[in-house]
Amino acid sequence: MVLIVVVAGVYFTTRHHGAPPGIRGTGAGEHSLAPDFSLPNLTGQKLDLSSYRGKVVLLDFWATWCDPCREEIPHFVDLQNQYGEQGLQIIGVSMDDGPEPVRDFCQRFKMNYPVVMGNAEIGELYGGVLGLPIAFLLGRDGRIYSKHIGATDISVLEREIVNLLGSKASSS
Amino acid sequence: MSLPVKFRQVLLIFIFGTASIAATSLAFAYQASLIPASRLINPDELVKILQSAKSEKPLMIQVGSHVLYAQAHIPGSEYIGPASSESALQSLRKRVEPLPRNKFIILYCGCCPWSHCPNVQPADNALHAMGFTNVRVLYIANNFGADWVEKGYPVAKGD
Repeated sequence: MVLIVVVAGVYFTTRHHGAPPGIRGTGAGEHSLAPDFSLPNLTGQKLDLSSYRGKVVLLDFWATWCDPCREEIPHFVDLQNQYGEQGLQIIGVSMDDGPEPVRDFCQRFKMNYPVVMGNAEIGELYGGVLGLPIAFLLGRDGRIYSKHIGATDISVLEREIVNLLGSKASSS
Repeated sequence: MSLPVKFRQVLLIFIFGTASIAATSLAFAYQASLIPASRLINPDELVKILQSAKSEKPLMIQVGSHVLYAQAHIPGSEYIGPASSESALQSLRKRVEPLPRNKFIILYCGCCPWSHCPNVQPADNALHAMGFTNVRVLYIANNFGADWVEKGYPVAKGD
């Protein structure tokens, strides 16, 4: 009973967390190539986006202090668990000002995918990351198939991921 | 006097349930939507003030992350750090401490949809606790990109 009350409380206080009106995920009509980047992960080693070519990549721009971002993370962990073997790779790009809070956060949330530290340059490369979260879904061919601004319904993302995992069109 | 077992169970469930809802509400209490409407300013209003030769120019402080500030910010505004962190709040207090308490100050962030911004409300609270009486918080409904940059309002980049 308590659990029901808690779940109901969480639901009613968070159900407006969907993307704001007018800002929904939009398919990238021309499926432009995702800009490549090489950014440090939380141990300082470089992660190159291009090394994930052949996988479906969910690129998540987020920050530890961003409420909607935090709410999405456990779902992303689940998605990585569920679809990792089929070729999904989630990559978090933290827009925090430093790695310390990100390290703590990753441990606390048991994040099972790589996180790199973003900067203004990558934000501009991806058309300006001037609000969080923003997620880009890349096909196996490295092209951008959708962009979602704001917290996104996970079932929508999952549907797109499944489509891309099974799509020949997005294979290089 | 002993209460019936069934009644005690219901009472306990009610107490725990109420406490859970209160705790959940508290977890979401640090949100911009708690700022009174009288302390908000819309982007178009601010642009008019900035463009007017007669209007008093405010001190504008961005209380989001530096990565966002470096990509785009209001020209002349200062970066102070995400005010959901105590270190940024300390920087904010230090920055405004010498100023007259009637100084016109604009706070803004735009990191997230308004009701989820964790930064503007702590900053607004801090300034009011210090006695500042002329503080306005820029109402950014969705994010700084959609509600400022894409509207064609003035933007600066870099540090």
